[in-house]
Amino acid sequence: MLLIYCPYCEEERSELEFRHGGDAHIARPTNMADISDEEFQEFFFLRDNPKGLIFERWRHIHGCGRFFNAARDTVSDKFYMSYKAGEPKPDIPGVTTATEKTVETYEATEGTAK
Amino acid sequence: MSGANRIAGQGRLTPAKTARFTFDGKTIDALVGDTVASALLANGVHLVGRSFKYHRPRGILSAGPEEPNALIDVSRDAARRQPNVRAPVQEVFDGMKVESQNRFPSLAFDIGGINNLLSPFFAAGFYYKTFMWPKAAWEKVYEPFIRKAAGLGVSPTEEDPDHYANRYAHCDVLVAGAGVAGLSAALAAAEAGARVILVDEQPEVGGALHFDTSVKIDGQSGYDWAQATAAKLKAMENVTVLTRTTAFGYYNHNFVGLVERVTDHLPKPDKKLPRERLWQVRAKRVILATGSIERHMVFANNDRPGIMLASAARTYLNHFGVAVGRKVGVYTANDSAYEAAFDLKRAGVTIAAIVDNRDKPGDAVLTEARRLGIEVLTGHSVIDTKGKLRVSSMSVARNGGGSARSIAIDALLMSAGWTPSVHLFSQSRGKVAYDAATGRFLPGTYAQDCLSVGSCNGTDGLQATIEESLAAGELMARATGNEGGNKLELSGENAFEWTGGMAGAAEGAGIDTTVKAFVDFQNDVCAKDIRLAVREGMHSIEHIKRFTTNGMATDQGKLSNIHGLAIASEVLNREIPKIGLTTFRAPYTPVTFGALISHSRGDLFDPARKTPMHAWEEAHGAVFEDVGNWKRAWYYPRSGETMHDAVNRECRTVRNAAGLFDASTLGKIEVVGPDAAEFLNLMYTNAWDTLKPGRCRYGIMLREDGFVYDDGVVGRLAEDRFHVTTTTGGAPRVMNHMEDYLQTEFPHLKVWLTSTTEQWAVIAVQGPKAREILEPLVEGIDISNEAFPHMSVREGKICGVPTRLFRMSFTGEAGYEVNVPADYGQAIWEAIWARAEPLGACAYGTETMHVLRAEKGYIIVGQDTDGTVTPYDASLGWAVSKKKTDFVGIRGLKRPDLVKEGRKQLVGLLTKDPNVVLEEGAQIVADPNEPKPMKMLGHVTSSYWSENCGRSIAMALVAGGQARLGQTLYVPMPDRTIAVEVSEMVFVDKEGGRLNG
Repeated sequence: MLLIYCPYCEEERSELEFRHGGDAHIARPTNMADISDEEFQEFFFLRDNPKGLIFERWRHIHGCGRFFNAARDTVSDKFYMSYKAGEPKPDIPGVTTATEKTVETYEATEGTAK
Repeated sequence: MSGANRIAGQGRLTPAKTARFTFDGKTIDALVGDTVASALLANGVHLVGRSFKYHRPRGILSAGPEEPNALIDVSRDAARRQPNVRAPVQEVFDGMKVESQNRFPSLAFDIGGINNLLSPFFAAGFYYKTFMWPKAAWEKVYEPFIRKAAGLGVSPTEEDPDHYANRYAHCDVLVAGAGVAGLSAALAAAEAGARVILVDEQPEVGGALHFDTSVKIDGQSGYDWAQATAAKLKAMENVTVLTRTTAFGYYNHNFVGLVERVTDHLPKPDKKLPRERLWQVRAKRVILATGSIERHMVFANNDRPGIMLASAARTYLNHFGVAVGRKVGVYTANDSAYEAAFDLKRAGVTIAAIVDNRDKPGDAVLTEARRLGIEVLTGHSVIDTKGKLRVSSMSVARNGGGSARSIAIDALLMSAGWTPSVHLFSQSRGKVAYDAATGRFLPGTYAQDCLSVGSCNGTDGLQATIEESLAAGELMARATGNEGGNKLELSGENAFEWTGGMAGAAEGAGIDTTVKAFVDFQNDVCAKDIRLAVREGMHSIEHIKRFTTNGMATDQGKLSNIHGLAIASEVLNREIPKIGLTTFRAPYTPVTFGALISHSRGDLFDPARKTPMHAWEEAHGAVFEDVGNWKRAWYYPRSGETMHDAVNRECRTVRNAAGLFDASTLGKIEVVGPDAAEFLNLMYTNAWDTLKPGRCRYGIMLREDGFVYDDGVVGRLAEDRFHVTTTTGGAPRVMNHMEDYLQTEFPHLKVWLTSTTEQWAVIAVQGPKAREILEPLVEGIDISNEAFPHMSVREGKICGVPTRLFRMSFTGEAGYEVNVPADYGQAIWEAIWARAEPLGACAYGTETMHVLRAEKGYIIVGQDTDGTVTPYDASLGWAVSKKKTDFVGIRGLKRPDLVKEGRKQLVGLLTKDPNVVLEEGAQIVADPNEPKPMKMLGHVTSSYWSENCGRSIAMALVAGGQARLGQTLYVPMPDRTIAVEVSEMVFVDKEGGRLNG
């Protein structure tokens, strides 16, 4: 069970008190009604599902009720930090965001299927 | 007398403290402190079970939780019975009943033993190949047969009468395992001032010190030192010592699950005590001192009763005072087994021979064996054994061939070396690394704040283990901010350092042999099965595991994994680390469901939510239905009425007189603040700034993708205050959805949201007599039709209690919803009922509510919509503002697929035969004679008998539905095809005269 630091309560609490809220730093367009289909697809449907560093939203739903953001490693589940909603995406020293090249695919690890 | 094989002066049990139990009906005398295994061995019983597939006779292999063979059924009484208990782990108590498993009619004569002769047909993977045809036979013939023949124990049938406890704990340092390493680490951490929890699965601390009597620590015998150290730790305020407690799971962020067996060893447990207690520990640091497990030798017929691990025989002798045989053979690839022979020899047992497959064993053990006069055959192997229900001889041959010599024995001890217990480390997501020099998988890369010490870390030597553990204990204590204590020193000495060890098949069971050399005893997996799996194309260890079931038994491969890997490695000609180790999963040993669910059973399994009027409804005969966690009155049958009768009567009564309905479960959210209207403009499709205080509006909430998410009536109480209602099931997610947007997308808006679902009791009074019922009870509100028209809200009092009174309707009748503070709910209900009943009104439940709303074509989100329905699909386009430039879903609604022709639209359906009621969920087609697969046009979402219409009515999602009004479609059912006509959705009072009257 994860231990998550709520930046509003300023303490670590059990995962039971939180609800995951999907990817962070996806701003809702202010001209929502006017965006193109491609822009809407990008905004609403497409997500990266990275192996490694991810920035994601959490809500301390059974605590203060606030939404906040966290940087987590999707492999080890280690939380690098959490921070208040609205704050800019932080740099995590020594950690780089996964790219297409660093993502392990079946082909990369096992070769072509025989 | 507690068994003929108990040796006076040996072991640590007290001869005067006896206990008596039965094994397959036979009385067994034991000593308090015995395990079932030690007591049976003391009484000369080696045969305790039959194997899973071949039904081969099996004995006791180990003295610990790794036991794959000796699985027994233990009961205290009829209800307190547990199958598949490991005999070396279960302590005896007076009066316990033990039964062997997987045998018929008896253990000694088992008909299933025929499988052993038929074994050529039962090769690995035979399930996948043999039972393919005919297909229908699988379910009816093959599966029941296989399940009966290949089995473990039988599940209890009665409800478990015991109770279980659950607690959380926090500590600086959790130490798993209380052998030399764990005790040393715990002591160092505790002396430094850390809050320590020390756990061990055995009844007493000590670990390997149970059997290893050659160890001395600080001049004391190892076992005595362990007990003294545990006593010292227990006396410290900052330490909790838990024995009979297994650390079974290592989860994220140093969260460790422990299960403490509280009463399973007691003859008459205090009823107040839980049987087991689950501890959920959050540790700042974890020290793993889980030791290692001895491996067996893989050779032909290595599974006869009487063949066991060398360290197990040492445990039975040195701890329980039991000799496992009178004439004992030893087969080893490792020095540690010699010490078992030494101990037995000194206790007066004949050692037939030590067969060592190495040419050069350790010098020290060899010298001692000669001194004790024990024959040692180096460079030899045991290539076969004999003995039907117990081993009677071993065949020994020089490695590489030569004639075999048969040596009579009644027990055979074996050791292929020691496997470090990296289970918890691996569960913590640490990566193990293969140490080629010693042939062991050891902790490599750590993923969490923990350290492994002692033999689970591959540390050899007593003094090295002590020093490593003391250092780790102190380090972890310091890391968690503890500054007390001095550096501890302990000195340990032991008789022999152990060398050697092997993995894989031994002499005579190698490639090209077909002997039964067991790798996994419980699942009857032999070395040849693993080779077969490789030949059949399984090259990954995960595939080999599943094809052969190696390591999939209840012992989870504690003995078999490394052997299986080594055999696969040999055939594949690839190094062991290249083949990989299967992943270790929690739990380390089996955990009862009772411990995991604890108090969450019966009424506490899932909390029930009841409305303030629940007691009245119950007293008036309501039948309840579950809606989420809510208990809702479904209908109120009178004597002799079926559900159908009751619902028909309620439906008639509401339209003809009036009805009372408990609507308290509806979600309610108070939206307050200067920007409340602007916020609701963004959350709902409708325009809210135009709504006047005192008026209500039906609102539709979409998701960003344009699909209907929720609906409900919203009342404006003041410029800056709205009373929002949601669907019953949608209340929490709608609140979360609103909070999400308010906090993260529209934080500039000054709005506050409060869930008020449980603050208000809601009494719907519906029907032509509703006003007459309420009028004399209401104070300060003019409820005449002119002053208080449909879709209005007022604040005032009812029977002296504050109320928010809504004029609204989900029935199509003139109606009101009386909101009062929840505590007054039942009193006000009763006051209204006192007026209503004499006027001919009834109480009605959710079923009638559903019928009445369907008669009016009012949708239920989640029933008539399914997350792919837009407001336009549901004929609710009128509720979508055309003027607003933004609301959640505004862009989604314009997506190409959502504006396409031919979308499924909600319409009414009238069966051609008015007496036929469609099934909800039934599919709809245009051509009933079309060959299968038919083209589905949609499905029935709601369907009822409408007493008021005198016929059935239905709602359905139908492709291009609006354009099909008047068309005939068909609903194919298994027994017939039903013709229906597509219609409008409003079946009663199309003009709305009743609603506004």
